[in-house]
Amino acid sequence: MVGIVIVSHSAKVAEGVVELCLQMAAENTHILAAGGMEDGGIGTDAFRIQSAIEEADTGDGVAVLADMGSGIMSAEVAIEMLDDDIKVRIADAPILEGAMGAAVASVTGADLDGVIEAAEEANGVSKLS
Amino acid sequence: MATKIYECIELIGNRIIEQKDFLTDLDREIGDADHGVNMARGFTEVLAQIPQDNENIGEVLKKTGMILLSKVGGASGPLYGTAYMQAGKVCAGKTTLAPEDGNAIFEAVVAGIQKRGKAVKGEKTMLDAIIPAGDAYKAAIESGASAGDALDAACKAAEEGVEYTKTIAATKGRASYLGERSIGHQDPGATSATVTLEAIRDFVKG
Repeated sequence: MVGIVIVSHSAKVAEGVVELCLQMAAENTHILAAGGMEDGGIGTDAFRIQSAIEEADTGDGVAVLADMGSGIMSAEVAIEMLDDDIKVRIADAPILEGAMGAAVASVTGADLDGVIEAAEEANGVSKLS
Repeated sequence: MATKIYECIELIGNRIIEQKDFLTDLDREIGDADHGVNMARGFTEVLAQIPQDNENIGEVLKKTGMILLSKVGGASGPLYGTAYMQAGKVCAGKTTLAPEDGNAIFEAVVAGIQKRGKAVKGEKTMLDAIIPAGDAYKAAIESGASAGDALDAACKAAEEGVEYTKTIAATKGRASYLGERSIGHQDPGATSATVTLEAIRDFVKG
């Protein structure tokens, strides 16, 4: 099953997104939070993200959902530091809605590209119509 | 005795830590009020962790970059982290640097930051200080200037770059949420880049 890593400046945001994902996709035990700094502060840490990606990978690859700014940049650094044999993609999607789509796709057996596509379907979806 | 590269990074770190409140205040105007705090936290760790006796400039710069990646927290973490690691690659195995090496370092740092931040000159970022600084350094070296004098020219260009950031709107980073309202404020990243260059200049000129 494709793993999912949620990257946010805030540990609480990342954990909260994981919590909501698991409500829909409890079968995926590889949805992990990589939020905040080691000391509990606000920020992102490429090494924490790297560890989370390694832990989330079961061999089917890992989709990363990140918030703004350094969320994306630290995720990119983390991916560059990984061994080449882990397939990883960052979804170009809003972190919460994208993660929900990714989580559901992962438990229905989608491959990494399918999970990323599901996450990116959240772009441009109207909440009010 | 501490190596020259340690002393240079120590001076950069101390200047950044001294400017913590100023950098954070600049970031409060147009960002998330953490630039000085984040950079100071990163360099406090750098000064505690990098070896004082390793003469291999490439290794010390790489280690500095790795610590910044992990400990800064904001966008300046991956940006400065990448910058130091790219500089480290240029200096791999070196224990001394010639004035011309500065050109290769500027080029690698600019390329690394551009790739990481997907920014170009004119977007109110640290590149608006570093790119003109690198150009000025190169021009000075080509006309026969010493490293110290070339760094003087680089710092002057970087300061002008910081002034230029006051005249433009941010399109990258947290300040881009403010758009036109960011005009009139200098960019904190361009400012910390200039603080860094001035520390290097002061170290080289002794």
